[in-house]
Amino acid sequence: MLEQQVVHRYSVIGRSVPKIDGGEKVLGLARYLDDLELPNMLYGKILRSRYPHARIVRIDTGEAWRVGGVAAVITARDVSFNKMGILKDQPPLKDGKVRSVRDEVAAVAAVSEEAAERAVEAIRVEYEELDAVFDPEEAAKPGAPLVHEELGTNIIDLNFHFSTDSDMEGVFEGAYAVVEDEYRLQYMNASPLGTMGCIAYYNELGELTVYTNTQAPFLYRHELSQVLGLDPSKVRVVQPEIGGAFGRGMDIYPLDPITAALSIKTRRPVRILYTREEELQYAPPRQPAIIRMKTAATRDGKLLARDADVILDAGAYVSWGPFDGRVMMATTTGLYVVPHVRFRATVVYTNNPYCGTQRGAGNPQITFAIEQQMDSLAEELGLDPVEFRLLNANTPNMVTPQGMRISSCGMRECLQAVADAIGWRGRRMAGPGRGIGFAAYFHVGGGARVYRSDGCGSTISVDDYGVVTLVTGSTDLGTGSDTALAQIVAEELGIPLSKVRVVNSGETVRPWDVGTHASRATFVAGNSALMAAREIKRKLLEIASEILLVHPSKIVIRDGVVFSSEDPSKRIEFDKLVRRAHFRQGGEVLTASVFYDPPTEMQDERWMGNLSATYAFGAQAVMVEVDPETGVVKVLKVVSAHDCGRVINPAAAEGQVHGGVAMGLGYTLSEELVLERGRVINASLAEYLLPTSADTPPIKAIFVETEDRYGPYGAKGIGETGCIPIPAAVANAVYDAVGKRPKTLPIKPSQILGAG
Amino acid sequence: MSGVRVVGRYSFILNGRPTTVEAPPGYTLLETLRQILHLTGTKDGCSSGDCGACTVLLDGKAVHSCLTLISQVEGREVTTVEGLAGSKVVKSFAESGAVQCGYCTPGFVVAVEALLRANPNPSIEEVKEALRGNLCRCTGYVKILDAVKMAISD
Repeated sequence: MLEQQVVHRYSVIGRSVPKIDGGEKVLGLARYLDDLELPNMLYGKILRSRYPHARIVRIDTGEAWRVGGVAAVITARDVSFNKMGILKDQPPLKDGKVRSVRDEVAAVAAVSEEAAERAVEAIRVEYEELDAVFDPEEAAKPGAPLVHEELGTNIIDLNFHFSTDSDMEGVFEGAYAVVEDEYRLQYMNASPLGTMGCIAYYNELGELTVYTNTQAPFLYRHELSQVLGLDPSKVRVVQPEIGGAFGRGMDIYPLDPITAALSIKTRRPVRILYTREEELQYAPPRQPAIIRMKTAATRDGKLLARDADVILDAGAYVSWGPFDGRVMMATTTGLYVVPHVRFRATVVYTNNPYCGTQRGAGNPQITFAIEQQMDSLAEELGLDPVEFRLLNANTPNMVTPQGMRISSCGMRECLQAVADAIGWRGRRMAGPGRGIGFAAYFHVGGGARVYRSDGCGSTISVDDYGVVTLVTGSTDLGTGSDTALAQIVAEELGIPLSKVRVVNSGETVRPWDVGTHASRATFVAGNSALMAAREIKRKLLEIASEILLVHPSKIVIRDGVVFSSEDPSKRIEFDKLVRRAHFRQGGEVLTASVFYDPPTEMQDERWMGNLSATYAFGAQAVMVEVDPETGVVKVLKVVSAHDCGRVINPAAAEGQVHGGVAMGLGYTLSEELVLERGRVINASLAEYLLPTSADTPPIKAIFVETEDRYGPYGAKGIGETGCIPIPAAVANAVYDAVGKRPKTLPIKPSQILGAG
Repeated sequence: MSGVRVVGRYSFILNGRPTTVEAPPGYTLLETLRQILHLTGTKDGCSSGDCGACTVLLDGKAVHSCLTLISQVEGREVTTVEGLAGSKVVKSFAESGAVQCGYCTPGFVVAVEALLRANPNPSIEEVKEALRGNLCRCTGYVKILDAVKMAISD
């Protein structure tokens, strides 16, 4: 239905127009969560557990109540929450037992941050410490301390198991070349510059308004209502400007119902906002992983089999982190053409922080393993690593072993493009101490049906000055997806971009959307906006036809003028046409509403199904320099090529690539939440090292523009992909430079200097 | 409510206008700007001088307002991002794709303004050095450096 038949020259699509909200952000006019102050607002603070695993014997809040300015002190005894989380395994306030140092024991609301802090410190909690478990492999063994005793085991059955063959061992035994290794990936903090928080206001009418930097406002409303036991129709979710998210905002967290509960107790607005230290300590980190993998190839350089065995430490509760296993599975089975594949992930509870999902959602982790094995296999086979990848690359119109139907695919072109751009001449040719490494990726590019609906609603209305307002369910996390939607609407209606407004602040007038994740906003919300714009256009052309006495099929709208393609003197201005439509007997307000749900399938219990309407591909080449004395790896250059279909806004797409690459480089070289008995011991930006402008190498973004038949104007997703191949590409470059393979992230000098 | 709060009175030039404000002496310039004067363009990314989102100009030089006490600005000149409307740096950031979520942007704009006032034609290395204390998680800094180049050549 949304197939593009003819490629015209576009006026707004494919142009690097400035972000529609750029001006207000540059001047500091945009209002983020921490810029909001509601009248009579209270400030909340949460008391966390002192121990990673303990029984709560007694909580005494008496002293806290006596601190001046305190309006409410709550513990689990004072509220009636339902359990939260995907497996409903987490009470927002803990009763009886704490399972990590993040665990919320009590909360306070007071007239100032300082008073709230004093009150929290005045709460006395008596604990009885329990044996704790921090190593996921230990936690999986019988006899390990149980995080949730009632389950009788720490192993969480999420059924992450897929296999094409009953006898994989037999396949590997008959293979010409096999490589096998173990890889370990660390905890990473998303670290958006805007920290997590929530403002809740419950009024005397029983209505709750929540201001939040969630990425999924409609799921948030549903889940928050459930946890609080409120009628969802009484709950309104408002998103101020979002100061970055990167996956952190995909779930609700105890802080949300706790803030609401404090407001329910006080009938005053309450704000809980994380400090940077709290963000690093308590925000859900990227899912760490232990990956054991082997890959086999035939004598003529064709991939034969891939087998991945993954251990995922969920932490004390299950949020989205362990579900990275699904993405790891899709990439294990789908990256390159591999006939025999097996994937298994064991998910376990420990007393560590529980994990969220983060940009790439498991794909950077598993690609780190897969692409290093590609390199090792190429070497074993005596093949050039680029040639070997080209020989096994995904192709258009193929189906992966899990039934994912690839439509467009520019993977080969991307591999060739990065090899050319980095000046690849072969192994160990980058110069002394230098190396070049490659890695490719496979990712969803047309939504991801992980919920029952992967849809997005749009409503467009046109006012009598010809201003077109798109009300979209979609959330812009700062990537510029709103600008892409505005470009799509402006293009379709033939009007200047300045005449399009995008509204998605979270008012209840917004139509439903599943949330911004899985690189889906431009594709899914874009198709939705496009369909609504087409409906508006159809209505406008009908009215224009009556006025101009020209058949609708012969009418064109361009630059805000509606005219006959055969006789351009038959014309009317866009805004005038809208007024004609409005101001007449039987006139109508020009509106159109649509709900677009991509043509995809929910995967079945065997993990078969085409969960995305299309898939994105790409490749990266990295040049590094390794100091032989210190073992320090310096990235000199990154080339990142992407098949994201047609590029709607080149500058914005480049921005996604640059940002993704930088985030991936941080993951690869410097970022690691260091835990000691489940507690982050480097919870400050002086110790948790985000990349700076001085660290970031030149990054060249290349777009291999395929014309995807399902995408809006042929576009596919680009939000996450820049960060996916980087760790593997850097590791391969390090190997090319010094002949040592970093198998653990972040890559530290000790790995380079050590034996191996 | 708790007892009497000690409050000081501070006068300084804020975005070109003489301003007098009452604030607790322990307040930082950032707290004073955001909580008392309600100028929320200056952002609070870490409160510890590690991210640069709170950068303002103090007598034309870039400082972390989260590490500057309000008592230190007495009689001096403070410029926040709100005072830079019309600056070529503002224009170049808005036009060049240097903005994503925008939370770090005002701090970058102010830091670049300070740099260009002191050195109208800096090298790329000097720009990187001047922006070392400003963190951005969205852009990978590439478009931010493009914006600075645009402002320099403007």
